[in-house]
Amino acid sequence: MTYNIIVLAKQVPDTRNVGKDAMKADGTVNRAALPAIFNPEDLNAMEQALDIKDRFPGSTITVLTMGPGRAAEILREGLFRGADDGILLTDRAFAGADTLATSYALSMAIRKIGKFDVIVSGRQAIDGDTAQVGPQVAEKLGVPQITYAENIEKIENGKITVKRRLENGVEVVECPLPVVITVNGSARACRPRNAKLLLKYKHAKTVTERQSENIDYIDIYNSRPYLNLTEWSVADVEADPVQCGLSGSPTKVKKIENVVFQAKESRQLADDDVDIEELMKELIDSHTIG
Amino acid sequence: MNNLFVYLEIEEGIVADVSLELLTKGRSLAGRLGCKLEAIAAAGVAGLERIEEQVFPYGVDVLHIFKDDRLSPYATLPHTSILAGLFRKEQPQICLMGATIIGRDLGPRVSSLLGSGLTADCTSLEIGDHEDRKEGKTYKNLLYQIRPAFGGNIVAWIINPDCRPQMATVREGVMKKEFFDPYYKGETVEHNVADYVKAEDFVVSIIGRHIEKSKVNIKNSPIIVSGGYGVGSKENFQLLYQLAGVLGAEVGASRAAVDAGFAEHERQVGQTGVTVRPKVYIACGISGQIQHIAGMQDSSIIISINNDPNAPINSIADYVITGEIEKVIPKMIKYYKKNTK
Repeated sequence: MTYNIIVLAKQVPDTRNVGKDAMKADGTVNRAALPAIFNPEDLNAMEQALDIKDRFPGSTITVLTMGPGRAAEILREGLFRGADDGILLTDRAFAGADTLATSYALSMAIRKIGKFDVIVSGRQAIDGDTAQVGPQVAEKLGVPQITYAENIEKIENGKITVKRRLENGVEVVECPLPVVITVNGSARACRPRNAKLLLKYKHAKTVTERQSENIDYIDIYNSRPYLNLTEWSVADVEADPVQCGLSGSPTKVKKIENVVFQAKESRQLADDDVDIEELMKELIDSHTIG
Repeated sequence: MNNLFVYLEIEEGIVADVSLELLTKGRSLAGRLGCKLEAIAAAGVAGLERIEEQVFPYGVDVLHIFKDDRLSPYATLPHTSILAGLFRKEQPQICLMGATIIGRDLGPRVSSLLGSGLTADCTSLEIGDHEDRKEGKTYKNLLYQIRPAFGGNIVAWIINPDCRPQMATVREGVMKKEFFDPYYKGETVEHNVADYVKAEDFVVSIIGRHIEKSKVNIKNSPIIVSGGYGVGSKENFQLLYQLAGVLGAEVGASRAAVDAGFAEHERQVGQTGVTVRPKVYIACGISGQIQHIAGMQDSSIIISINNDPNAPINSIADYVITGEIEKVIPKMIKYYKKNTK
């Protein structure tokens, strides 16, 4: 038995290591100061996909991402780890999409891909933390969803068994294929890049990348189709432009604020015995502790 | 019509705190809007035995009951069908649910089905107007869905001008839970579940379930010793456990510390973790990203221990100890013991 697997991945700014220069003076985010990375939980999802491929050789993995041209980096990261194919969904008309418009665009791309058994994605992306796109894609495709997945236990007779990590425990569910699964950060970490695949796919590019980087070698790209990363626009996936991007987003940002917290009059203490004993005494005397 | 709805999470007959917190918030928003507060309870027969007495004191005007043993424990598809079906009939203007595993599974599915906007993990909800200058339109009484964004480095005010219901999720502990009137009595409407769900909604079966009471209870702890990325390692976190042990406190952690594997996820304080309001919050090696501060700023006394005198958290701290935690914490333990004897 073989399966068609789609991994939904997102390139995100690394919000975990935000330095002081991450915000501009006007309170907007200085994206240039943040490195762009493979969304961490999407890597957990990637590992689940690779695991299915290990168990059922001949299964294929397609990485699908939506973003600007540079998001093709994510597709190569996927190929380096064992994906078979990568598709970049990119178009100005996708810009400004909220989760609903994003899930619409992704679902149209998935319809164009056609056959799928399992769609895996990270539980949420670290730049938005919404956890909404996975379930919304599932709804748009009319298939069940399994969120907060920690492990795909087995696939048998057209059914998949998945362990979910809940707040206070675990749940094991069984669901007919096809299905959308969102994977938790508590799942196994993704395997590293494979050296052979790194060499094979190092020069895999989208057409736009080849143009903007002035890469020639037309013969090589023609003779090695695996080096051509697919790029799809709104028109390519036959999406309704009104339902994409800003116009397809029911939620709007009214304003963005740089938060200033009410500063307190702080007492400055040294790390020496005198100051710390005084602090502890004060807290004990006021019955705050003890 | 056009009322405010709260989805109730029910586990073994008990309505979750987060749902009661949302009823409290929903009651005040409904008052402001001059609309009714309605609640949805979908569960098995046993789970609904004591539902009315649990929710009416929070000021629920209409309680919608969906009673069917197939509805407990929660599963995505039948609960989605119920909400979508009910909302198509009732046309609510606002729907609130917990930003829990259930709410974050259900909310997006329902929002996609209805084509309505959903904002996750709001830290504040307000009512206000919006002027769209481009379109020359003014919207009255929208729900402002306020949440930190971008890893907590900014705060975004989100609105849904045109689509209804305006949907938002809120984490447990963010809103306060308060009786509206202990003798309040609303109306109960029992629906015929078969009118809402289809046979295909039950294709996903739960074949195993193991739930245990959480061992970590930072939400209700009066003292929290919390560590950030600056603690440096899982081993160094032991110092925090020692101090917590002596003080009778719980150990919390920032998101960066949890991501780095220094502490378990249940201990995470902040917008994407737990919101806490302890008597004393001791922040060790926490720089103070907005998303963290949003979850602990209401602590009565904040003590920051940091080797960086300019750590942002220091500005909201009552006491700032500049130094290494390896040096400071053992001294705190020593002088606590000495002075409580």
